[in-house]
Amino acid sequence: MTTEAASTSIPQQSRRGEVPEAAVRLGLYRTMVLSRTYEEAILREYHADKGPGFDIGKGLVPGEMHLSAGQEPVAAGVCAHLTTDDAVTATHRPHHLAVAHGVDLRKMTAEIFGRETGLGRGRGGHMHLFDPATHFSCSGIIAEGYPPALGQAFAFQRRGTDRIAVAVTGEGAANQGAFHESLNLAARWSLPVVFVVEDNDWGISVPRDAATAIGSNADRAAAYGIPGERVENDVEAVYDAARRAVARARAGDGPSLIEVHTLRMWGHFEGDAQGYRTDLADVAERDPIPRYEEVLRKAGVLDDEKVAQAKADASRRVEDAVEFARSSAIPDPADATAYVFTEGALR
Amino acid sequence: MTITEAPQATRRLTTSKAMVEAIAQEMERDPSVFYLGEDVGAYGGIFSSTTGLLERFGPQRIIDTPISETAFIGLGIGAAVEGMRPIVEVMFTDFMGVCLDQIYNHMAKIHFESGGNVKVPMVLTMAAGGGYSDGAQHSQCLWGTFAHLPGMKVVVPSTPADAKGLMTSAIRDDNPVVYIFHKGVMGLPWMVKNPRSIDEVPDGEHTVPIGEARVAREGSDVTVVTLSLSVHHALDVAESLAPQGIDVEVVDLRSLVPLDRDAIVASVAKTGRLVVVDEDYLSFGVSAEVVASVTDRDPTLLRVPPQRIAVPDVPIPYAHDLEHAVLPRHDRIERAVRTAMGR
Repeated sequence: MTTEAASTSIPQQSRRGEVPEAAVRLGLYRTMVLSRTYEEAILREYHADKGPGFDIGKGLVPGEMHLSAGQEPVAAGVCAHLTTDDAVTATHRPHHLAVAHGVDLRKMTAEIFGRETGLGRGRGGHMHLFDPATHFSCSGIIAEGYPPALGQAFAFQRRGTDRIAVAVTGEGAANQGAFHESLNLAARWSLPVVFVVEDNDWGISVPRDAATAIGSNADRAAAYGIPGERVENDVEAVYDAARRAVARARAGDGPSLIEVHTLRMWGHFEGDAQGYRTDLADVAERDPIPRYEEVLRKAGVLDDEKVAQAKADASRRVEDAVEFARSSAIPDPADATAYVFTEGALR
Repeated sequence: MTITEAPQATRRLTTSKAMVEAIAQEMERDPSVFYLGEDVGAYGGIFSSTTGLLERFGPQRIIDTPISETAFIGLGIGAAVEGMRPIVEVMFTDFMGVCLDQIYNHMAKIHFESGGNVKVPMVLTMAAGGGYSDGAQHSQCLWGTFAHLPGMKVVVPSTPADAKGLMTSAIRDDNPVVYIFHKGVMGLPWMVKNPRSIDEVPDGEHTVPIGEARVAREGSDVTVVTLSLSVHHALDVAESLAPQGIDVEVVDLRSLVPLDRDAIVASVAKTGRLVVVDEDYLSFGVSAEVVASVTDRDPTLLRVPPQRIAVPDVPIPYAHDLEHAVLPRHDRIERAVRTAMGR
């Protein structure tokens, strides 16, 4: 099942920018490879010791696990325009965005492994990654990551900077109140926010068309008087749309909405048998990374050596992070009640 | 409104003016403090929580929001994460239903989930309570619900001086603090009020430590542990019973999180009798927690069974007589004290 309806309000063609320069294209590719390599490693570690059978709470990496394979173009295309001074709020499926935004892989992996060295000292888990160094955060609640992004943007604006906040949700979030409250408030106050919707066609098991009354959530931007654009799962199309949205936000002209019609290659969470999926037959063909690799090979940006190099670099970084996590200390149960409050106060 | 220039040590202010004074002083002191909510600008807050602040600090810092509690509480959270010190007003505690996710899943959990790496120094103010026929959706206290959910401090001032001191402390605290003011303690000109809602307030900087209860009246026979408007009622009852030889000690909790269990136990250790008065719902709430604070420590302190006076697990009724039948008012408090005393 796919949804081909593009935004009716904004013609795609007229907005298409130049092909990015080779270094940018190589960077987009390498980011996607790193992200996929990361997810494959987490997938491996997650399933390594769930048996016999499948016990979700068992193993080195316990709990729900939502992996982002197929959605890399969103992260790579948007985050290429950001620095770590910009904020990103992600969803329950956050790894690709964290990787692309430059969150420390060791600390992130240690958090996913529930270790004391993790971003949240093992208190958060994979849906609750908070990295003040890169202003990265997540919410496991659908659409509820949007409102805090408004506040980060507000703080950046009030301090007279050109820093921005990127708020990411899935397409199911567009039917939540928090989504609409946030778009209205950000638009009315011209907050420097880029709203991103990852439409992966599925709200767990419910097809987007069964849940959403219109074909493109980008059209909803018109209700708030802001630009809205829907692009397919092509990293350069995302990059191009994000370039406009980020520039608008940095210039103080307010928020934009980008919906990416992306692809959830794997289950909603690990252990999801996906019996409901009617669109799995051609998933491999729709995998955005080999597709982009092909484009870049034809353009002379990639060759065998560069592909091998990208994969080797990614693998080295990811395995280093996994090893760091695996060898890190498990939090002391005696500290289970720590960190509810901070001791601090202004004096 | 005058502040630090005034020479006198104290003046008599309404609770609302004392609260506003604290906000103004902290806004003068710290440019990262700002206030946002519904009707907090030109109106000055439906319950006078921001009177005069717009004129003084302008619309960049006293900010009227759309009726979008989820969005603007979230905005406060994000701004706090980035180092600002927002004060966010939800007009009624009853409205928590439209925005609770931002409160309990985000504001209250980010510090924990981040292993202490991300702080959320914000104040969430709300008006609470009934007694004026506003019906079941605009009269609840609900402070016990906030106190039940981990990760937010909860303060509930009853006096003008504490309203100022707790607001100052809440703004300066690096944790999220829910600051709940009962409409009936604010000293509003358009609502029946207890004379205690106008009282002496220290000039200049005034802080009240969060987590410390206050003995509002010393007594030797029976301890009434209570909070917010019920403190006023309990003091009225104590004064009326004194000539009859019943010496009531009134403990004003002031903070629910952290709860000053030591103060509760110390008072009951002295009197041996406990009455808890709470305008929130009876079951699973503050009143049981107060009793448990004693029984967990030393049940033998209680010479008689504790009495709990609260809203008896019913939505707040509209009709005046029905509403007053379920609220913890003077008659019910007095009966409970007499029961505890066996007279």
